[in-house]
Amino acid sequence: MAISLEVPKKLKPLQDQANQVAKEVLRPIARKYDLAEHTYPKELDMLAALIDGLNDSGGQGAGAAGDSASKPKAEATTDDDGSNKNGANLAGVLSVAEMCYGDVGLLLSMPRQGLGNSAIAAVANDEQKERFAGKWAAMAITEPEAGSDSAAIRTTATLDGDSYVLNGEKIYVTSGDRADLIVVWASLDPKQGRAAIKSFVVARDNPGLKLDRLEHKLGIKASDTANFILTDCRVPKGDLLGSSEIDTKKSFSGVMKTFDNTRPLVAAMAVGLASACLEETRKILEEAGVEIDYDKPALAQSAAAAEFLDMEAEYESARLLMMEAAWMADNKKLNSLEASYSKAKAGRTGTEISLRCVALAGSLGYSENSLLEKWARDAKILDIFEGTQQIQLLIIARQLLKKTSAELR
Amino acid sequence: MSIADQAIGTGLRALNRFAQLEVVDRIGLREPAEKLIYNGTRNGFKAATAAGRTFSAAQKLGKPARQGKPRPADLFDLTPSDEQAMITEAFGDFAAEKLRKQATDADNECQAPQEILDAANELGTAALGVPEELGGAFEERSAVTSFLLTEALAHGDAGLAVAILAPAAVSSAISLWGDADQQSTYLPEFTGENPPAAALALLEPRPLFDPFELETKARKAGSDYVLDGVKALVPRAAHAELFVIGAELEGSGPALFIVEARSDGVLFEAEPAMGIRAASTGRLKLEGVKVPASALLAEGAADSYAECVRLGRLGWCAVACGTAKAVLDHVIPYVNERTAFGEPISHRQAVAFTISNIAIETEGMRLATLRACGLADRGKDFSRETAIARQLCATKGMQIGSDGVQMLGGHGYTKEYPEERWYRDLRAVGLMEGALLV
Repeated sequence: MAISLEVPKKLKPLQDQANQVAKEVLRPIARKYDLAEHTYPKELDMLAALIDGLNDSGGQGAGAAGDSASKPKAEATTDDDGSNKNGANLAGVLSVAEMCYGDVGLLLSMPRQGLGNSAIAAVANDEQKERFAGKWAAMAITEPEAGSDSAAIRTTATLDGDSYVLNGEKIYVTSGDRADLIVVWASLDPKQGRAAIKSFVVARDNPGLKLDRLEHKLGIKASDTANFILTDCRVPKGDLLGSSEIDTKKSFSGVMKTFDNTRPLVAAMAVGLASACLEETRKILEEAGVEIDYDKPALAQSAAAAEFLDMEAEYESARLLMMEAAWMADNKKLNSLEASYSKAKAGRTGTEISLRCVALAGSLGYSENSLLEKWARDAKILDIFEGTQQIQLLIIARQLLKKTSAELR
Repeated sequence: MSIADQAIGTGLRALNRFAQLEVVDRIGLREPAEKLIYNGTRNGFKAATAAGRTFSAAQKLGKPARQGKPRPADLFDLTPSDEQAMITEAFGDFAAEKLRKQATDADNECQAPQEILDAANELGTAALGVPEELGGAFEERSAVTSFLLTEALAHGDAGLAVAILAPAAVSSAISLWGDADQQSTYLPEFTGENPPAAALALLEPRPLFDPFELETKARKAGSDYVLDGVKALVPRAAHAELFVIGAELEGSGPALFIVEARSDGVLFEAEPAMGIRAASTGRLKLEGVKVPASALLAEGAADSYAECVRLGRLGWCAVACGTAKAVLDHVIPYVNERTAFGEPISHRQAVAFTISNIAIETEGMRLATLRACGLADRGKDFSRETAIARQLCATKGMQIGSDGVQMLGGHGYTKEYPEERWYRDLRAVGLMEGALLV
């Protein structure tokens, strides 16, 4: 009915709930699991059970999910004339942002909320959905020689009787060692490029799937990152997600569908983290006597106040781009461009704000006595995974300039 | 009367008014406008049928609708209303057909062509903020609508947009903060056939200018006020017949005064600047200018003055958004057509990524400004959101102006292309105060 960029009233309870979880559950244990890398955050089991319960009851869950498909069934709210919808996508980004205001690493470790769960929800058939319900599914895409270029995947899947036999190496599998299932991207025929890439559901206890190592990382240490070797790993035929046909027109887009709505969610992670940085820095600055005035021109205030105002502006730009992308998805508007706007802007803004906040807080920000230094380490991954800054800029440029990936490489 | 009825009524009145304008034919807007009116009516009738009874009852009452704030929105929504879409497209066409084509000459001559000002007046720009009871076209005052319109004009040319919209800032100020006497004295002129040139003057010539600490002073002299001070970069200062001026009211704080140009002690000096040149900026000097007690707007209320400053900043944000979009729309075909080393330069990431960043930041500027305007419309505090929008529009706008020239290289530095003008115009955004109001 009318242009409005505010958080809709009906989603406020959901947002508040997620904020409570962030403050009461995640924030208090954030440092503990940053220091104890590879230790399972057992406190999350209780939280996951609570979220499952809320989802099953159809209520508004805290929405810890790092995906939209298994999002709490927040009732979609629709305008009187049905022309405008604020649904699961908007609810998703808002709750993810709140949870990441608590802790990004812990959100990524939430049981049964893996990216693999999104893939299953997006491309599995009904029988598969039922069979994999209630499981925790991780996602294995990246390989040592295939990062942003997911079409370069070398892991193969060969049909042998009633099973596919998978061989290859997968790295950067979030929660790979903790999950029940791992959705593995593999090629039925590497010569046929993208179209031959399919996803396979591999049980974590499959003897052909060997944990190679757990990564030691800059940040998000609460979230485990596993590397696997697949050696003659037999997967039942029925565990291939989607169609086994190699259709050069459709297949890869089917696989990529998983990502369509996850870019705004990663943006949401960066937005939530940035809001935590800004809140903490503002408190520190105000305690130090810095006044921030919204009417007085920034240049007529202290350098610290002007810096803070600038960061708030960047934050707000990222946050609104995130909301726009999610709102478009809710309203079935093509949002590939805006989803990448939000991911690119939030990814770089999260990193910049967190690092600038450390500088403003000085030793207070750099020391482990506060969480600012941790947030600055956590932030960097959000400009990398699910499409780096550069990949997002490429996606955007190709659309605006109407260029193919062969022309604009 | 239901809110839905009001919205339809307002829309139809605006459409009707628009359809009657001769200028619509003259500047070639009839066809797109009719298309829009058709679509607008079609959608409107759908809702009218649903709420038909209330609609006819309201007609029988025959009372003027109470002027209200736009309906408080429950949901996040970026879709403009039919009326907003119509206005945006009509002014967008006007901007493309007229403003963009005359922008270079107007910039060179530091003068908006009379033909353009006349056409804009016929479109009712001078009376944008005037309530319907006083002859204005719109029942509701909406900063969002004003933003969309300003953005559309600035896409054509920023300097001409400022020249066109300067009188609207004065009529809006008097509409928003004037009492019945002030309104009846001044506003009818703005809705007439020959509205006056007018300007809202807050900016003063000094570094780190803060509109809340004015050096222009108003002191009480009997029942009158006497104003002294200097105002900088006032649009069309030499042409203006009426000013609204920000001055420090002795013993009170910054306040707005209505000052007629013919008053003794009002002096002008041309002050051409780096950009926004088509707005014929000038310096205004007030030397012991005596105005009656009735010249003080809003009884000198601090919150009204603050609202004026904020709405002014959002007006400049709207100019930045329109201009930034103009840069994006112009550089895309250029980098696709320009070849170097045997292929279009858009095939290079250094070029392509610059385009991506212009697009991202332009969208962010726009959303931040729209949010602030939406809050203003709902009577909420919008000071923080205004500061954010201004910071974005100033810093990103400047960068986009620079990137635009850079994408064209040497061409961008010459007057053959509009990029150098956009570069100059976009620098205005972080420093201008007043002059416009959304």
